[in-house]
Amino acid sequence: MTSHLKGLVLAGLTSSAALFASAAQAVEIEYWQYFFDARVEAMETLIANFQEANPDITVTMTHFPYADYRTKVAAAIPAGEGPDVVQLFYGWLNDYVEAELIQPLPADTFPASMVDEEFFPMVQAMKDGDNYWALPTAVRSLALFYNTRLFEEAGIESPPETLDELVETAAKLTKRDGAGNITQVGITAGMTAQDHHWWREGLIRQFGGEPYTDDYQTVNYNSDAGRKALDFYTGLFTGDNPVSAIGFMDEPQAAFKAGRAGMHIDGSFRIGSLNGTRGLKWGVTELPANADGTRSNYSSYWVNAITTKAEGEKYDAAVKFMQYITSDEAMQIWLDTVGELPAKPSVGMTEENAQNETFGPFIRGLEYANTTKFANESGQRQLMVEMVERIQLEGMDPAESLAVAAEAEQKLLDDYYKD
Amino acid sequence: MYRNLTIRQKQIVWAWAFLAIPVLFYTVIRFYPTGNAILISFQDWNLLGDRTWAGLENYEKLWNDPVFWKVFQNTFVYLLLGTPISLVLSFVIAYHLDKLRFMHGFLRMLYFLPFMTSAVAMAWVWRWFYQDVPIGLFNNILASFGIPQIKFLQSTTNALPAVLAPAVWAGLGFQVIIFMAGLRAIPQSYYEAAKIDGVGWFTVLTQITIPLLRPTIVFIVVFSSIGFLRIFDHVFNMTTNNPGGPLNATKPLVLMIYDTAFNGFDMGYAAAQTVVLFTILLIVSLIQLRLLRSN
Repeated sequence: MTSHLKGLVLAGLTSSAALFASAAQAVEIEYWQYFFDARVEAMETLIANFQEANPDITVTMTHFPYADYRTKVAAAIPAGEGPDVVQLFYGWLNDYVEAELIQPLPADTFPASMVDEEFFPMVQAMKDGDNYWALPTAVRSLALFYNTRLFEEAGIESPPETLDELVETAAKLTKRDGAGNITQVGITAGMTAQDHHWWREGLIRQFGGEPYTDDYQTVNYNSDAGRKALDFYTGLFTGDNPVSAIGFMDEPQAAFKAGRAGMHIDGSFRIGSLNGTRGLKWGVTELPANADGTRSNYSSYWVNAITTKAEGEKYDAAVKFMQYITSDEAMQIWLDTVGELPAKPSVGMTEENAQNETFGPFIRGLEYANTTKFANESGQRQLMVEMVERIQLEGMDPAESLAVAAEAEQKLLDDYYKD
Repeated sequence: MYRNLTIRQKQIVWAWAFLAIPVLFYTVIRFYPTGNAILISFQDWNLLGDRTWAGLENYEKLWNDPVFWKVFQNTFVYLLLGTPISLVLSFVIAYHLDKLRFMHGFLRMLYFLPFMTSAVAMAWVWRWFYQDVPIGLFNNILASFGIPQIKFLQSTTNALPAVLAPAVWAGLGFQVIIFMAGLRAIPQSYYEAAKIDGVGWFTVLTQITIPLLRPTIVFIVVFSSIGFLRIFDHVFNMTTNNPGGPLNATKPLVLMIYDTAFNGFDMGYAAAQTVVLFTILLIVSLIQLRLLRSN
């Protein structure tokens, strides 16, 4: 009996020793992102491909609902638990760097000069001296969606190319009932959606200004250009014959989906939900240029970074993984699965992608896109919302409202950057 | 050791043994976070980095923040409009429903139904009711009679009452039920005596019904004022794109706390606002408890 027991123990020991031996060869790293069906699916494909090429590395993906994401990451990494490679919104980079949650990418594998050259220019917001902190797999930009049925009905042949044409086209698409209430808008409006990006990085630059200076730490739109951009924007829904209405059908994208809006400015992430809308026929084109032909766009993205938790062989594995998920192949997979745009011209500007009917306008927009470095995106958006509301609901002079917004935003930025 | 205790002492030991679980529970999930929140209100913290001492900075910022004072005012407008309106409405409904026999159960169910409905679903439905033409129910009705549109949510003056209305409606069912229980608890003999004396209905109402309903009224006032001071879900869901807007016209304190904490990640400032809310709730509850006790 005892010898039998001894044998069992011995067998157990040897088998566990064998297990440990194999574990020592394979490195396991963890990857975290927030939960979004298509993103998880795309990442699963990327991980499978990566593991096939690197059989000694195992990548485990964990995902959380967006609402818990930040708190979980913040609690896990200092405790030595969480991810080795983490996904974060570009606007959070400062906070992550300051909290020492992430480490810079190695300059020998990701030299700044190489990244500068290979990626679309707005990615440079992630650079600090000779090092990049993080890199995206995919990016997003804005474009002008239009309802082809309503275009045909109004006898419009092609989508507007310039801002003046935009207003003319919108006027043709606007419908009113007997009492003069708008029942169909020419173009949707609302700073609550993507319009604040269009105003900041699109219109202001197109009217000859620069929205911020000093690396987005100083507000610079309380200027002639800012005023002209604001007048253009408010002109869409104020005056005698507005072509739009704030809050029309509750939300801009709802009005567009319901076929009650001729045009709508939105991000590439909207494509999926528009594709699933029955009875809606739509097209998309680049954001309109100004009279000189200048275009400007806004881009945002999620980036991947290596956390401070990754050390030794895990660090090496994490670097390899970063290399793969920022490769051309990964970007194409991401575009095909999620519909988010490639972060490199080498993938984006291929004939097939750049001339793609749906993705093309967004991808071409990346070449002249800027990325706002937000201190608090929802807070800064709120100030734009209120700037318009003061004019519309309280009858404030636009110049004064612009000045109030600029001052409030400067205060917000100062508070954020003071330490 | 246990054996040497007297029966009385043993009883105490057992009492504490049973109490230990709730006490522990309260310490861990109530008292500790409360204390921690008060501590954070004197610190700077963005959820990611270290907490650093800020002294009274957060409170100073609060004092000088015009948005806070607007929000503070809104919170009390919700309280001062919501509580009396819902109190009077629920009393009137309960008073008449109590006298009604025909379809009594069905009507009572209709009044109670909104209380059981999810606040989120209700807020969204009302939000669509309030839209302009072509989708808003109210404005479509107005438009079909040729009456100009009313801006409900897109107005700095109408938005708060518009948000408050469904919140009052939602709480009504519960208050009606409580009032009806209170009405039933008044002994029938008082009413019989009044009838013999030939007293009018108004005197019966003011001399018998309302005085005897006092505990019920105090309970409902305490309950609904705490509810209105903490109003959040209706406001948030009816104004998600522009939370608390337009121009902070509907923003209550709880929504400001949420926004500061989970959009601005300024936990210290949010904690300071929480401490203020805690203090308000404490004062209001203490005043109302005092009223209850003097009865």
